[in-house]
Amino acid sequence: MIDTLRLTAEQAAGLLESGELSGDELAGTYVEAIGERDPELHAYLHVVGEPGNGVPIALKDNITTRGVPTTAGSRILEGYVPVFDSTVATRVKEAGLPLIGKTNLDEFAMGSSTENSAYGPSRNPWDPERVPGGSSGGTAAAVAGGLAPWGLGSDTGGSIKQPASLCGLVGLRPTYGTVSRYGIVAFASSLDQVGPITKTVRDCARLYATIAGRDACDSTTVELPEAVAVPDAEDLKGIRIGIPKELNEAEGIEPGVSAAVAKAIELAESLGAEVGECRLPRSVDYGLACYYLVAPAEASSNLARYDGVRYGFRAAGDGDLTALYSRTRWEGFGPEPRRRILIGTYALSAGYYDAFYGQAQKVRTVIAQEHAAAFEDYDLLLSPTSPTVAFKVGDKAENPLAMYLSDLLTIPSNMAGLPGLSIPCGLSEGLPVGLQILGPQFSENLMFRAGHALEQAIAFDFVPERLRA
Amino acid sequence: MPEWEPVIGLEIHVQLKTRTKMFCGCENVSGESENTRTCPVCLAHPGTLPVPNKQAIEWTVKLGVALGCEIASRALFHRKNYFYPDLPKGYQISQYDIPLCAGGKFVVPGPDGDRKIGIVRAHLEEDAAKTIHVGGSGGRIAGAEYSLVDFNRGGTPLVEIVSEPDVHSADEARRFLQLLRQTVVELGISDAEMEKGSLRCDANVSVREAGETDFRTKTELKNMNSFKFVADGIEAEIRRQVEIYEAGGEVVQETLHFDPGSGTIAPLRSKEEAHDYRYFPEPDLVPVEPSVEMIAAAMDDIGELPAARIRRLETEVGFDLAEGLVSSGRDRLYERVSGDRRAVANVVMNQLAATGVDPEAVNGTELAKLIAERERIPRAAFTEALERSGDPGFSADDYLGETAISDASELDPVIDKVLAENQAQVETFRAGKEGVLGFLVGQVMKETGGKADARVVNERLREKISS
Ligand SMILES: [Zn+2]
Repeated sequence: MIDTLRLTAEQAAGLLESGELSGDELAGTYVEAIGERDPELHAYLHVVGEPGNGVPIALKDNITTRGVPTTAGSRILEGYVPVFDSTVATRVKEAGLPLIGKTNLDEFAMGSSTENSAYGPSRNPWDPERVPGGSSGGTAAAVAGGLAPWGLGSDTGGSIKQPASLCGLVGLRPTYGTVSRYGIVAFASSLDQVGPITKTVRDCARLYATIAGRDACDSTTVELPEAVAVPDAEDLKGIRIGIPKELNEAEGIEPGVSAAVAKAIELAESLGAEVGECRLPRSVDYGLACYYLVAPAEASSNLARYDGVRYGFRAAGDGDLTALYSRTRWEGFGPEPRRRILIGTYALSAGYYDAFYGQAQKVRTVIAQEHAAAFEDYDLLLSPTSPTVAFKVGDKAENPLAMYLSDLLTIPSNMAGLPGLSIPCGLSEGLPVGLQILGPQFSENLMFRAGHALEQAIAFDFVPERLRA
Repeated sequence: MPEWEPVIGLEIHVQLKTRTKMFCGCENVSGESENTRTCPVCLAHPGTLPVPNKQAIEWTVKLGVALGCEIASRALFHRKNYFYPDLPKGYQISQYDIPLCAGGKFVVPGPDGDRKIGIVRAHLEEDAAKTIHVGGSGGRIAGAEYSLVDFNRGGTPLVEIVSEPDVHSADEARRFLQLLRQTVVELGISDAEMEKGSLRCDANVSVREAGETDFRTKTELKNMNSFKFVADGIEAEIRRQVEIYEAGGEVVQETLHFDPGSGTIAPLRSKEEAHDYRYFPEPDLVPVEPSVEMIAAAMDDIGELPAARIRRLETEVGFDLAEGLVSSGRDRLYERVSGDRRAVANVVMNQLAATGVDPEAVNGTELAKLIAERERIPRAAFTEALERSGDPGFSADDYLGETAISDASELDPVIDKVLAENQAQVETFRAGKEGVLGFLVGQVMKETGGKADARVVNERLREKISS
């Protein structure tokens, strides 16, 4: 009997290759597990259970899949069935990975807990009273809960790294421009990136290799400067690791989180890394504010297409064009997209543009420069991924500002277009803590190498304690 | 009464005839059934992204070079945000503060010398879809029962050319527009047909007292879909503004619609009213960086521009014919036909144009022969020959064999009859207005079925009237 909670994608591939298991059997096993545990976890919005010969995969429901509903967690896309595949869905298909299902997310990927989903929150497999993080919380809950061997999420301000952290998984936010955004329901175009959520760093590298690379349909993509290398080194010799003071000492970081990260840093040193302190003062001071101008501004424009005219939800009732627009958008969008559309519209308005959006773009340049300076002295940076472990459902739902702080540590490097890997580094109060590994552009291979070495040394058990056999 | 000086700036939209649309792979054609040239990108399905059309960028650069513009080394696309069903994304991808082409000068030759019209900018954007409002009045959305959208046009590459307010009369505006159209057509980048909407022109119009240096309030005149309507509309708007000022009133800044049927101007209620477009750089696209090679290729590709040709031909045939030939594109045929320059220009611009024969299909050598002999052969034969001049294998010799009636004994009875029937014209001629002779020649031609020798008829008429 296969234990889907423990099976990694690499092991699953091995079983398929050796013929111990057929693809259909494997897919069937996951569908069974979904039947058993998804009523509690609510990781999926649509279960597909596609047959096939590869390792099955879960895709976040903002990743367009031809013929399979894609709602982005919003009522405004209720009933929308795409007529085309996103590039990542195509690449996953071409790699022979059958689709298990589409996973839950905060509406339009706006949130850090999945509580903003129009279809109800997902639950953390480590403690169903708690959130799995977000916005890619559905994918994280599915992988941690043994309902998928691996999956794809999307990350704008931390939406892959943070749920990976809260669910004890590995999550990669790739360098901006390495993974195609074609067919990803847009939230903030200059920040959105798709990436893997997996149980191991090796799985993460394999899935990244499948989806990365230039795509003619996305002008902002580039060719990878080097092929993706699946890591196996177990030391960190010759790697210079910086510990940004502001990312490690920010207000609101729980002591248990700090302790687990400190232990990981010690381990890094013992594995041969040169460790030193560095500074990112302005990035951390201004990152969040800057993000909450840029992302909503772009969102306000990206979400303008949902007008009830061509697809998706259209509000009933009579009236003129303006009435159709306003009723459809009022009824179709939940409170968080509405809030961000309003903030973004304001930030772009004549007379405010220079003070808000224009200024935020300048700050973004400063943040990028500050990171570039840090990477002159260090190859990688380490910090907690999330200031806290998984919080209880409902704890922050009514306080958007408290929720926004969940991404305090992931946002600065995202604003600079840099990649980040989160790996589990221990427990605090019985819940997983994530270690954020940051690198310069296109340093995924180095991050995989360091992540793998640390993963081996930390020996974290990714199966949630309460579900261990 | 003060003397009023019109101040006019034009905003011209040119649809590029690229094979595919601006940001997707859909075929760029018009006249197909509704919504058959669409895809997820130009219908703005969630997650779709624009991919810029390279040809459209190259052609815009080419046009920019022809307009004497500076080509940006790093141009940006911006999003222009507004809600309307013809705009599926809720924004139009356009250009804002760094367009591909800026700061040009376009020379418009006139009878009294060159006029240099400044070009503020020429930028690349995507066209909106077409909305059809059913019910209600005049095809407007207000009061319509329902509206339909045809997305075939949505996403067509569109170049917007904005002139400085350097135009000072309706006639100059028409001339500028015609010459610009001809330039665009010759560059091979657009059909630029006003009737079909592939060339569109809006005008910003104000007037001021001669000698004033500040601009007064301007109005925007929209939707004029022929050269004549552009000139008529601007003329009418100038008159309207002058009347307002002379009555002690003030012109209000507004968007206006010219109704060519009634010649009246009325405010236009539209989506364009008082908008904050919230422009910001399009994050789905990277900056456009035209290479030095691309700009050099554009320069090499541009032949002698229409304005220069007008000036050259003016020395041969005078300004009016030169302008007519060049701005109708008939000068290419003119240049291929040897012989008396004015005679050739006249035939090409008048008699041949009246036949509707495609000038490009005409054999220049044969036409030259025909024109050289045109007074020797019957007028009917000449006209028929012109009608056939575009046929493959056309030979002037087939028509030159026919001879006109030049025998006075044969012509005199006809001439006498015409003189008897047109006593009034005869008197006019005698009073010194010799222009009327043409009318009398025409009458004789009519009576003889076009077979009379025009020179002989001329001579005989003069003799008989003077005798
Ligand atoms: Zn299309």
